[in-house]
Amino acid sequence: MAKIKIDAERCKGCGLCILYCPKGCIAMSRKLNKRGVKPVKFKAGSGCTGCTFCALICPDCAIEVYR
Amino acid sequence: MNRKLQLMTGNEAIGEAAVCAGCKLYAGYPITPQNELTAYMSKRMTEEGRAFIQSESELAAISMVFGASVTGERSMTSSSSPGISLKQEGISYLAGCRLPSVIINIMRGGPGLGNIAPSQADYFQATRGGGHGDYRVIVLGPASVQEAFDLTVDSFNLADKYRMPAMVLADGLLGQMMEPVSVTRYPLPKAKKSWALTGAKNRKPNVIKSLFLRPGALEEYNIELQKTYDEIKKKEVRFEALYCDDAEIIIVAYGTTSRIARAAVKNLRKKKKRVGLLRPITLWPFPEEAIAKYAKKTKGFLVAEQSMGQMVEDVKLAVAGSAKVRLYGRPGGGIPTDEEIEKEVLRLKI
Amino acid sequence: MKKIFQRPESLQNVVTHYCAGCGHGIIHRLVAEVIDELKVREKVIGIAPVGCAVLAYDYWNFDVTEAAHGRCPAVATGMKRVHPENIIFTYQGDGDLAAIGTAEIVHAANRSENITVIFVNNGVYGMTGGQMAPTTLIGQKTSTSALGRDVVRDGYPLKISEMLSVLDGVKYIERRAVYSPTEVIKAKKAIRKAFENQINGVGFSMVEILAMCPTYTKRSLKASIDWIKEYASKYFPLGVIKG
Repeated sequence: MAKIKIDAERCKGCGLCILYCPKGCIAMSRKLNKRGVKPVKFKAGSGCTGCTFCALICPDCAIEVYR
Repeated sequence: MNRKLQLMTGNEAIGEAAVCAGCKLYAGYPITPQNELTAYMSKRMTEEGRAFIQSESELAAISMVFGASVTGERSMTSSSSPGISLKQEGISYLAGCRLPSVIINIMRGGPGLGNIAPSQADYFQATRGGGHGDYRVIVLGPASVQEAFDLTVDSFNLADKYRMPAMVLADGLLGQMMEPVSVTRYPLPKAKKSWALTGAKNRKPNVIKSLFLRPGALEEYNIELQKTYDEIKKKEVRFEALYCDDAEIIIVAYGTTSRIARAAVKNLRKKKKRVGLLRPITLWPFPEEAIAKYAKKTKGFLVAEQSMGQMVEDVKLAVAGSAKVRLYGRPGGGIPTDEEIEKEVLRLKI
Repeated sequence: MKKIFQRPESLQNVVTHYCAGCGHGIIHRLVAEVIDELKVREKVIGIAPVGCAVLAYDYWNFDVTEAAHGRCPAVATGMKRVHPENIIFTYQGDGDLAAIGTAEIVHAANRSENITVIFVNNGVYGMTGGQMAPTTLIGQKTSTSALGRDVVRDGYPLKISEMLSVLDGVKYIERRAVYSPTEVIKAKKAIRKAFENQINGVGFSMVEILAMCPTYTKRSLKASIDWIKEYASKYFPLGVIKG
């Protein structure tokens, strides 16, 4: 199994990771970060394969991938 | 220290001076009356294994100088009036980034395309910064081919010392006439420039920029720049005073015009006329204290310029009304003769 | 579990000023990753343009300067000529490179200066509020082409990469995009090649990258992506243009 760690303060909520995650493991969170932006969050146990698509497309380098 | 005496044009002497001062990059673009300088550098810099670029425009050339300077290397560009106008934004960036650099202006008649005759009509542009923002450039005005050599070397040293652009302001006559020059080769500067961009090895990255968006940051930065300019005004003023102590009338002139004024002064002295010559060598910083001092003793000043009168304003500022100031100006490439200046002095009923 | 993706050393740990979904953020990271992988962080000098990326020196973790608008290639020339051992690259937007800096990029390319140029084509002037750029597409609405770019008034989008490719001095030009992970992977490969060319003294190398600017193409991020896929990359086809 694999997982990702999202830095909620770096995330600007653009949603590119959600668009490109092949397994739908990422969703918008309802909490606001310090910049008043709704970041994304990782849904644990949602079948992440560590393909790094989310991290590749993230404009803010907010995602770390573990496998 | 090999003291060779060579017959050289002013343009070539300036080029050789840059080589002797350790200039590592020269970028230039063709424009009369300074073409001999670019041609000379294309030969000499290549001989010395240093960078020579004939750029696509004068404003590209000043950016190439920016590039070399930002890595800590001595660099120079040269042009003539219209080309110097194209470089002004780049010069403002060099001042804003505190980058040592040398710019040579072999002035020609203006405005617009003007002509290719000598002129001094870029005085304001040179001594008031020339581009946007509050900054100054050190401006040196040679009056002989030897002095063109020496002041070019000095401009590299002053630019490094104060981390700013320095300009040699000559004109087409000085650039293209030949005089013997004693050439002196100087050791390459060794002073380490820790601010330079050399690759962040064993240190934090250096950033060199002139953008200060944080409120108040640019204001603070300008005040810092001004301290440097104030220090230069205190320490680096240079001028020559000839027969000024007992002079009733002092002619103020620089560069080519000062040579002509010198002849007029000598002729007038033979006719027992108490006339002196004050020749600014640093046009910025301007020798205002010296002029103010003489203004208390002399009756008046005749400012002789190859323009409609630009340095005359600095003289008026220095004199501050305590003596008369008159202008004898020949614009558009007109060159005064010593008889004209003599007649002008005698005409002054002071 | 091992960490297999993280922020490259050549990218500072700061939040950028770029808008959400902006292509600059991705491209900054790709440049930083390539510099780390080629182990040149301590030899590289970056030149930031005037435009949205002017603040790049706050985001990269190596020596950077900032050139007057359009003059990066001339600054890079000056640097490379006196310090050929350094790795010099310019990072420029479409206004900086293809409008005011056209002469500089053409002549640096024609002299085959051994530098790397990263050219971000997002089709508008972002920093100044979304004006028409040389690469704005026909019919595309911007703050200075409110009814859509009109060929009669505004001329055609400038194909600068194709234009430069005819110059003998140009050794490598590739146009990529960053609108999807697969495109990001291809873009990184191109950037890496452009830097490797410089390390191997091959000569002038440039990568043009079509980037999203959701804020000023006035579309959602998804629509910006589709705009690039269906429209921009028809006028500006992706792929190796030279070398």
